[in-house]
Amino acid sequence: MVSRIEEDKSRFDRIVRGKIKHELRKYITHGEMIGRKGKDFVSIPLPQIEVPHFRYGRNKQGGVGQGEGELGDPIGSSGEPGQGPGAGESPGQHLMEVDISLTELAQLLGEELELPRIKPRGEKNITAVRDKYVGIRQTGPESLRHFKRSFREALKRELSTGTYDPQNPCVVPMKPDRRYRSWREVRLPENNAVILYIMDVSGSMGDEQKEIVRIESFWIDTWLRSQYKHIESRYIIHDAVAYEVDQKTFYSTRESGGTKISSAYKLCQEILARNYPASDWNVYPFHFSDGDNWGGGDTKECVRLLREELLPQVNLFCYGQVESPYGSGQFIKDLEKEFKGEEILVTSQIKDRDAIYDSIKDFLGKGR
Amino acid sequence: MSATRTLPPHLARLSESIRETAAGYGLDFFETIFEIVDYAEMNEVASFGGFPLRYPHWSFGMTYDQMEKGYSYGLQKIYEMVINNDPSYAYLMECNNLVDQKLVMAHVFAHVDFFKNNMCFAPTNRKMMDTMANHGTRARKYVEKHGADAVEGFLDCCQSLDNLIDTHSLYMRRRPKPGRPVSVSDEEPAEDHSVARLRSKGYMESYINPEEFLAERREHKRKQTEQRQVFPASPERDVLLFLLEHAPLERWQQDLLAVVRDEAYYFAPQAQTKIMNEGWATYWHTKMMTEKLLDASEVIDYADHHSGTVFTQPGGLNPYKLGLELFRDIEERWNRGQFGPEWEAIEDWSEKRRWNRDAGLGRQKIFEVRKLYSDVTFVDTFMTEDFCREHRFFHYSYNKQTDLYHIDSREFAKIKQSLLFQLTNFGQPMIAVVNGNHRNRGELYLLHQHDGIDLQLDQAEDTLRCLYRLWQRPVHLESVVFERRKVLTYDGKEHTRREIKATEV
Repeated sequence: MVSRIEEDKSRFDRIVRGKIKHELRKYITHGEMIGRKGKDFVSIPLPQIEVPHFRYGRNKQGGVGQGEGELGDPIGSSGEPGQGPGAGESPGQHLMEVDISLTELAQLLGEELELPRIKPRGEKNITAVRDKYVGIRQTGPESLRHFKRSFREALKRELSTGTYDPQNPCVVPMKPDRRYRSWREVRLPENNAVILYIMDVSGSMGDEQKEIVRIESFWIDTWLRSQYKHIESRYIIHDAVAYEVDQKTFYSTRESGGTKISSAYKLCQEILARNYPASDWNVYPFHFSDGDNWGGGDTKECVRLLREELLPQVNLFCYGQVESPYGSGQFIKDLEKEFKGEEILVTSQIKDRDAIYDSIKDFLGKGR
Repeated sequence: MSATRTLPPHLARLSESIRETAAGYGLDFFETIFEIVDYAEMNEVASFGGFPLRYPHWSFGMTYDQMEKGYSYGLQKIYEMVINNDPSYAYLMECNNLVDQKLVMAHVFAHVDFFKNNMCFAPTNRKMMDTMANHGTRARKYVEKHGADAVEGFLDCCQSLDNLIDTHSLYMRRRPKPGRPVSVSDEEPAEDHSVARLRSKGYMESYINPEEFLAERREHKRKQTEQRQVFPASPERDVLLFLLEHAPLERWQQDLLAVVRDEAYYFAPQAQTKIMNEGWATYWHTKMMTEKLLDASEVIDYADHHSGTVFTQPGGLNPYKLGLELFRDIEERWNRGQFGPEWEAIEDWSEKRRWNRDAGLGRQKIFEVRKLYSDVTFVDTFMTEDFCREHRFFHYSYNKQTDLYHIDSREFAKIKQSLLFQLTNFGQPMIAVVNGNHRNRGELYLLHQHDGIDLQLDQAEDTLRCLYRLWQRPVHLESVVFERRKVLTYDGKEHTRREIKATEV
């Protein structure tokens, strides 16, 4: 029998995932899903739904605390006397905010979103070369000299030539006695991946849109890093022309002007052809735009590039359309129409920050 | 619950000996049944607020989700769980070591003593375990009949309003006859505006019954009749009861609303006595452990655990610690006779400190306190200036410029006032129904008794939406927003905010 609490929990999960009771969705707090502290730590708030009440405005209220400190000293978090049902029952409950590492975070993300583990593509794995010390030989650099073996050889020689004196056990290795460690090159299969972030920086993409892209990229990065040993990231921005940039520029650039998505796809194709042959790399392009592509047949060009050049060599091509103040463009619909049933190409609408959660699931839920 | 197990023999022996120890100190508790559970069961029971069965609702699932994650990532662990019921049930975590079990049992007996004797708990239902299970069964029956979404949606609305209760109503008769309201029409037959006159001779009439006085009386009487026509006659703080009696609900909805209301009343005393209840339990577990129960080998583990319980984050306030220290302070003062007008009249601080009459009334006093006080009166009566200074309390406030909270005062009066405010009405705003027939159109009018802090507006509007769903006519809430009187209204379609001009009263 399913326990009662499991029933309630699955009900809760379904509300959070947006399956039922949409009117409650607006009370869900995912908090800031990103809360990177220091180098490696973030705090993850859990999804919570708070039913509305007539209650006092929360912030900016004074209160009473206990402890040292001068007047005017700032205090960190403000603790109020605990209230609500359940009071008086359970000591040892503490705040739910926690520091965890990125690895754990990725694992949590995977569990939360039920992301499948990614299966790297077939036989095309790159092989990495490793040195492994496997034997002994008579020549080599002094730094690799094997002392024990060298002395043993010397001892053998002295015994066999009769120069060894047990009363005065002094063994001196000569040149032919020396032994050196030797190595062999081993080829280990290894999964490498490259993520290409492509962002539309045309005039219609505002700061909020970029923030959404930044948050989403962080989570994608975190997840893929947990799945592959080596990840390289490349960043492309485009308006009517595309450039490759570094990460910082990627998030801070604000261009104006039109949008020609094909320019970015072309550049993406060039980078792939030059540095990341599909036989050796798992390739993940993520493209974020508001979907307002330039007319004049550019969309057709994009579709051609995707179909003929890009899709055959990527694991997954993700297109996220961010809603801007000017509304949402046509591009996503064009793609969906052209690539209906295509598993490698995934599209997702990202309306606002809260939609990031679902969007990540759209992108990574396929396990490719 | 089928999965729970009775105690293994060594714990059964232990609980028996702790029960005797507790009784030996004069604690007076219901029969207490310990059950041993693993962490999953503990999380489940805890999510249900301590009960094995509740009505089906996602909110319990949410709590469970948090507890489960909290537990598996090693962030939190529930040590004990005890239910106010007769017999009382308490749960022990299977994986706790022996010293923890001892501590928990000692703590639990003190809680049960508190449940049984504190006056706030006197009106609570002592068979709540069964009642909750019945609530569950009924709710499940409605789910089968009306569908999960309908029932749960309605429960969401009820929960949204569950702080609108009147905890004092349980101790007094606010209304002559509870039940059906006095309907406006079948009042006393004739409206009689004449007022009684004193008998007088004709020439004395204007002196004995002066015209102004008669006019005043008439006016008063008129107002009284008018008042009677307003419905409810006086503001009703038990909004849930008002809705139960007057909202156009279906039977099953009425029943569910009653369920939520019953449970709100059941849990309210626990919120009203958090500091006292935890203080009392902590006081007794330390006493029993250090005087009777501890084995020498367990001292370090015990101290570690206990310090975790009373640890106060710098700048925070821990009810366990506050309650414990207040009880200890009271015991000390009454042992030394530091009370009464004579003691209070002393001006000299050092003399006050040295004062000792060997009164020896401490133990007796704390037992009396645990019976007669709630958090508000407890803090109000026993938090002295010396106590406040000794325990380094301070008052903090929010600073806009720095976006931080800062210590702004160590002044006793301010600290105490602020603390009492936080505790009043268990920290909830006071809201009452003032008119159930507003504008003579059957609209509901609530008044928030504003005491310096505004309501959170977005939530207030969403709550009005829930209220509308129950009342099914426009609903209004009068409150103060940024120092202006305003009425928030929801009429089923849109929200409006209207300012009340100073001229209209």
